[in-house]
Amino acid sequence: MSEPRLLSIEGLSAVSDRDNGAPILRDVSLAVAPGEIHGLVGESGAGKSTIARAILGMTPRTVRITQGAIILGNTELLSLDARQLRRLLGAEVALIPQDPLTALNPSRRIEAQMTDGLRMWKGHSAKSARERALTLLDEVQMREPERVMRCYPHELSGGMRQRVLIAAAFALEPKLVIADEPTTALDVTVQKQILKLIRAMQARHKTGAIFVTHDLGVVAQICDRVTLLYQGKVMEHGLTADLLLKPRHAYTKALVRATPRYDRPVDGLIPVPDAVIAACRAEIAGFDGATHG
Amino acid sequence: MPKPFSRTRGRPRFPALIRLLQNPKLGLGGGFVLLLVIIAVFAPAIAPHDPLEQDLMASALPPFWLAGADPAHLLGTDDLGRDVLSRLIFGSRVALTVAVVAGVAAGTVGSLLGLLAGYFDGWTDIAVSRLIEIWMAFPAVLLSILIVAILGSGVGTVIVAIAIIDWTRFARVIRADTMANAQADYVVAARTLGFGRWTILFREILPNVMPGLIALLAMEMGIAVVIEAILSFVGLSVSSDTPTWGSMIASGRQIIYQAWWVFAAPLAAVFATVLAFNQLGDGLRRALDPVMRR
Amino acid sequence: MAEPLLSAQNLVIGYRRAAFGASQPIVPVVKGVSLSIARGEVVGIVGESGSGKTTLGRALLGLIAPMSGSIAFDGTPVSGLDEQRMRPLRRRMQMIFQDPMSSLNPRHRIRRILTAPLLLHKVARTMREADQQAAMTLERVGLPPGVLTRYPHEISGGQRQRVGIARAIMLKPDFVLADEIVSGLDVSTQAQVLRLIGALTREMGLAMAFISHDLSVIRAICDRVIVMRQGEIVEEGACDVVFDAPRAAYTRSLIDAIPLPVPDSTWLTRVDVAA
Repeated sequence: MSEPRLLSIEGLSAVSDRDNGAPILRDVSLAVAPGEIHGLVGESGAGKSTIARAILGMTPRTVRITQGAIILGNTELLSLDARQLRRLLGAEVALIPQDPLTALNPSRRIEAQMTDGLRMWKGHSAKSARERALTLLDEVQMREPERVMRCYPHELSGGMRQRVLIAAAFALEPKLVIADEPTTALDVTVQKQILKLIRAMQARHKTGAIFVTHDLGVVAQICDRVTLLYQGKVMEHGLTADLLLKPRHAYTKALVRATPRYDRPVDGLIPVPDAVIAACRAEIAGFDGATHG
Repeated sequence: MPKPFSRTRGRPRFPALIRLLQNPKLGLGGGFVLLLVIIAVFAPAIAPHDPLEQDLMASALPPFWLAGADPAHLLGTDDLGRDVLSRLIFGSRVALTVAVVAGVAAGTVGSLLGLLAGYFDGWTDIAVSRLIEIWMAFPAVLLSILIVAILGSGVGTVIVAIAIIDWTRFARVIRADTMANAQADYVVAARTLGFGRWTILFREILPNVMPGLIALLAMEMGIAVVIEAILSFVGLSVSSDTPTWGSMIASGRQIIYQAWWVFAAPLAAVFATVLAFNQLGDGLRRALDPVMRR
Repeated sequence: MAEPLLSAQNLVIGYRRAAFGASQPIVPVVKGVSLSIARGEVVGIVGESGSGKTTLGRALLGLIAPMSGSIAFDGTPVSGLDEQRMRPLRRRMQMIFQDPMSSLNPRHRIRRILTAPLLLHKVARTMREADQQAAMTLERVGLPPGVLTRYPHEISGGQRQRVGIARAIMLKPDFVLADEIVSGLDVSTQAQVLRLIGALTREMGLAMAFISHDLSVIRAICDRVIVMRQGEIVEEGACDVVFDAPRAAYTRSLIDAIPLPVPDSTWLTRVDVAA
């Protein structure tokens, strides 16, 4: 590929230290271009969150990365020590977390939480950080930003908290934003507003993004490219439209058909056939056999 | 925690037993408590001397590793020439009796009230909660002295005092735990299935509160050992012709510069016993919790 | 139409908090809802958080007493019944929960979870009989009898949800309340569970109130849908009608907010009617 890359993951493999070294990621490769939203999709156990965590250097202690490289710009992240990684990620990679309830410190005001990063990484004064935070809250269409700055998290609704987190994520002008199921906890109408907002912010700031989700509908509306995983292995990847409308892998086809659709009540909801699951498992067993055998 | 057995295939034959042995806290704490029970039960057979036998010719002998020790008195003798080891062994009888009986009594009363308050909200809860608050505001030491003053000293009094003082510890924890469980969907499910309130409380909720209760019980037994020692120390426990760790500490304190071991030995016994009960409690809590033990 | 199996009139429901002395004002969560469900009918109740759908569902089962209004099940008033008089009705109205982990007692084996209600209601007279019926019901929901000896945490999430379904249909009820029962499941498991629910309601002639925030799921298995917002019904009707030509602006915006798995470059920027 000749297009410029913001992030590339090459042959990433990881095992669980708990389950007798059971593989969690199996030779995962993907590339994110600047200004692109890349969807990581899969059912539970697919390893999509593990990949997001690996980029951030936050894999749990029980997960061990055995192989591969994560390259952000020109830097390989896995070879960095904790301090170097923190310095690099602090300014260049931001996270939009899943649960807006626990992601904000309940005993600090929004202002304090939004200006921390600006003062630490961008050398803002208290005053200029405050101004920047207000601009950002305005960008995420928060009404009464002045008042919100003085609020504690519990005084805001779930949707408002998620807006604050999005504003905070873009505050440092990161090159890459990682959104880990950012709308799973929200109502559909709020979800739509938040998706719209992430899209708008990402386009305005020309940020690359990794969007972790299990919802093919969300993928269809917000991602440019998709990587579909099953049990830590890439089953199919490509442009969103290609993958959803002309799926090549049987598993992709089956997942699309299992998704309920209000516009076609009769077509959706076809359980993934056992044969497809068996084929996926065989593919994975074959892969494991080839690497360990 | 390491997980040596796969749950999906080949379940071990005695999963409960294996789990117990895998848990070092449970093994060490439980082992020590078990040892203590054996010592207490067979004290007359184990103890090398009569704990009350005085020998003023052999008073304040040092323990075996110090110069001038008598091999017949492994841990030395006190100022009246009584064998420290034998007194320690007999002292475990009072300590354990108080620990078990007072712990169970406080646990039963406190848990019952906690269960009721946690499950039946409204007036039951308000009444029990206020009672707990008032009770806890009352200084425990004064309360126990008051109880001894009314009932007279003795093992029975000590047990009553500990139960009366410490039931709140159980009531508070069990009430909170019961409330949390009463909110769970499995309780709603039991209601939709038509089970009565008492059935739900004792058959559905109690088993879920039990691991916490048992752990608390073990720790309470440790606390009871300390309280008994304190009451003995101030002379409010049993009569002076029964050896207790607390009275040993009290008499040892007076000759601490001449024979420190008389003071140190019972103190070490109390310390080790409380530590063992706490480890046992923590170990039990982990071992009995179906979710934590995964 | 024949007499409905379950009907509710002008339900107002709020939560009371026990406090000393003066009673605090109660803000109702459900504000005057009337509905009826016919035998064998599957009715979807949809709404966002704060719509009162869960509270309404629990009141229909007599788990919460309404502040005013009435509920009747097969002609018998449900509201105001004590535990004793409620018991015969209990067998006939059951519930499936959102989170099967918390709805199955973690300290009971599946055997006990399934057989205890059978023995209580004397549907089975002996333990042996109860065991057989439990195994049969498990088979019906697609689980092997070996599950009986397991604890809830020893089986998978999809299997737990099937156990929850088995428990609900075990007593051969007339009405089942399903509260967000697929929202925690993967798409493939969700499809299986919904298919199973569809088959069971048809075979057993079950009436069901299917509470969900997901209109796509409701459309897939319900005959009729009730749209709730902030404690009130904003729209109600046959699924085909409501989905094809929603009358309420709120229903429209709910439908518009569902992302379909088909790329649509205009979807994100489309204006929300009721936002």
